[in-house]
Amino acid sequence: MRERFASHFDPFVIPFLVGMAFVLGYCLIAMIRVILQLPKEDRRRFLVSLITPKQIWINVRDIFLNCLIHVKLWQRNKMLGFMHSSIAFGWFMIILLGHLEVILFVPERIHLFYYPIFFNYFVAETEQTIQGSMLMFLMDFFLLMILSGIAIAIIKRFASRIVGMRRTTRLSLLDRVGLYSLWAIFPLRLLAESFTAHISGGSFLTIPANWIFRQFLGNDLYALPTWWAYSIALGVFMCVLPFTRYMHIPAEMLLIPMRNAGIRIRHPRKGFASLEVYSCPACGVCIDACPMSVLKVNCKDTTVYLNRQLRRGNERRIAEISDKCLLCGKCTAVCPVGVQGPELREAQRARRKYALSPSYAGINVRPMASAVAGGAGGASGGVLYFAGCMTQLTPSIRRATASLLDKAGVRWQMMDPDGGLCCGRPLMMAGRTEQARELIAKNLEIIRASGCDTLLLSCPICYKVFKEDYPLSDIRVVHHSVFFQELIASGQLKVRREEGHKLVWHDPCELGRGCGVYEEPRAALAAAGELVEAGKHHAESICCGGSLGSLSLGFEQRKAMTRNALDNLTVADPAEIVTGCPLCLATFVRAADRPVRDIAEILDTRS
Amino acid sequence: MMDFGFKLSPSSAVNLDTVDRARYDRLVQLVPDARTCIDCGSCSATCTAAPWSGMSVRKVLLGLQRGRDDEVDAMLSKCMLCGKCTMVCPRGINTRQLILTLCRLDRKGEVVR
Repeated sequence: MRERFASHFDPFVIPFLVGMAFVLGYCLIAMIRVILQLPKEDRRRFLVSLITPKQIWINVRDIFLNCLIHVKLWQRNKMLGFMHSSIAFGWFMIILLGHLEVILFVPERIHLFYYPIFFNYFVAETEQTIQGSMLMFLMDFFLLMILSGIAIAIIKRFASRIVGMRRTTRLSLLDRVGLYSLWAIFPLRLLAESFTAHISGGSFLTIPANWIFRQFLGNDLYALPTWWAYSIALGVFMCVLPFTRYMHIPAEMLLIPMRNAGIRIRHPRKGFASLEVYSCPACGVCIDACPMSVLKVNCKDTTVYLNRQLRRGNERRIAEISDKCLLCGKCTAVCPVGVQGPELREAQRARRKYALSPSYAGINVRPMASAVAGGAGGASGGVLYFAGCMTQLTPSIRRATASLLDKAGVRWQMMDPDGGLCCGRPLMMAGRTEQARELIAKNLEIIRASGCDTLLLSCPICYKVFKEDYPLSDIRVVHHSVFFQELIASGQLKVRREEGHKLVWHDPCELGRGCGVYEEPRAALAAAGELVEAGKHHAESICCGGSLGSLSLGFEQRKAMTRNALDNLTVADPAEIVTGCPLCLATFVRAADRPVRDIAEILDTRS
Repeated sequence: MMDFGFKLSPSSAVNLDTVDRARYDRLVQLVPDARTCIDCGSCSATCTAAPWSGMSVRKVLLGLQRGRDDEVDAMLSKCMLCGKCTMVCPRGINTRQLILTLCRLDRKGEVVR
């Protein structure tokens, strides 16, 4: 091992140094800004989590698994997983090994930023020693790994179907600059290292390449310009990084610990929201996943484009995209970073100014409260069944639920026999959280008056808001599918199983992705018939298209989404489609070619 | 007004010559489907807020065209956006969008910012 230059410097490192200084400075300032923009209690919570040993371990593990290995992408799509993890992990290992080489061979140069990156130019190492050959081999190995990833990336850009993506993001101009410089970095590194391999040493990749080049080049004059090119590619990439989608690399490393600390979006643009926007890698996985994408016009209204417009500050488009979304949450479920598309949109909607704001303070709920106070479940315990607005339009669900409760001998009463108040969730979806709080207070008054210990809901939209936003810690809030499954399991409800009668369960967005209820309804259905699965199910189930989430989607556009969701549900040719949401039910019934029924109706006919 | 020898109660008289339809015109511009309402009353029948304010999208649209701004605002102020009217509308009007858009307009029909 010997150092080739006494000065330890060459001007070609300058582009790299400029880029490095710029990107580090930019990220540091951005990070401090994001942390300062957090509300006080959130900031405290985050900083405390950074010094909690258990949290540190979780953060390190999550950053390693998500940023370097891209576990979530692997689970979705092996090809994409390999592409991303080979580039990210390979690059990380090259940087790490570069530092290791410096520490091992020239520890006195560790303060020079560029030494680990351009090690092979400055230090002539020999592959004769075990250490040297091992490190050289690893360097070439990881470089090969990255190059294979880059090859897939290039294929993906021109023919995304080969790697299993129907659609991919349309890149902006700067994104393209970043992309092409990223593609250039590693082939240039291979070339540069190959040109100097006979001096500085190399391994299975660089030495043969060096031999081939020397056959027709014959001199070393090409080495320095290639190192220049490598450094410039790095410099360009790092200089444009903050303005491209590659900002997700540093942003995600902050996003993960913040999310682990339980920070949520509080402001539509600042703090955690801006961090999520910058963490979007614009991979485009959400485009194929979005139920709206069945119509090509809606492709530009997916979460990846929302993030782009938020970065650009294009208010007209932000409003348009935010209003259109069904808030089904599928983009978050498939997102490798976990950007919360629906929450981001709700925050944008909450920003809107209105000339007229509703007020529910004047609504007198005392008659309703006193009606439930004297009911069957009154005074001590019992089940209070809240049918909700949507169930009023599908009375069959209400009848079936009532009949099942009676068959199981449950002590229960209805909260809204003659129609009640809305639960508040639709207002929250429209971004009118303050008004929703008023409705919550009114409903609470009724629930408290009843003295129930269980609140039963047959509508997942209500279920989610009662579970998350109502201060009901002493009352069990339960969806009817879960409640009936428990009654079946405990033997209180006897259900006859009809062999060969195929039933498919449609996971309503609010129940599945929204509240994580997947298995109980399936277990209940399996007791009544033969359960089959849809093409996409569980967290990837497709929204029926009827969602209250969308403020601007018209009837005709929704129809196409409903048909698409139905096609997905009927792949296993079920006799009946079963769901647990009155809104999904009403939406499907209009377009389905076979019976669609609520889980309560199915169980009621079999018990 | 012409004297016909009988009178309407002044509180329910609608003088279309003096009605300012700016808000309705702007609404129709922003949500053109508002024009396709056939006054069937499905929305009135299903409205969750109706017991408290007599809310109904049909009546809101009529009220706007007749200059009954106070009545319209009173009805809108109890709407809970539950979406039942959208579900039952035989014309497929996106009533929630209609209501939200209307809430954004001031009496002169300007979108507040």
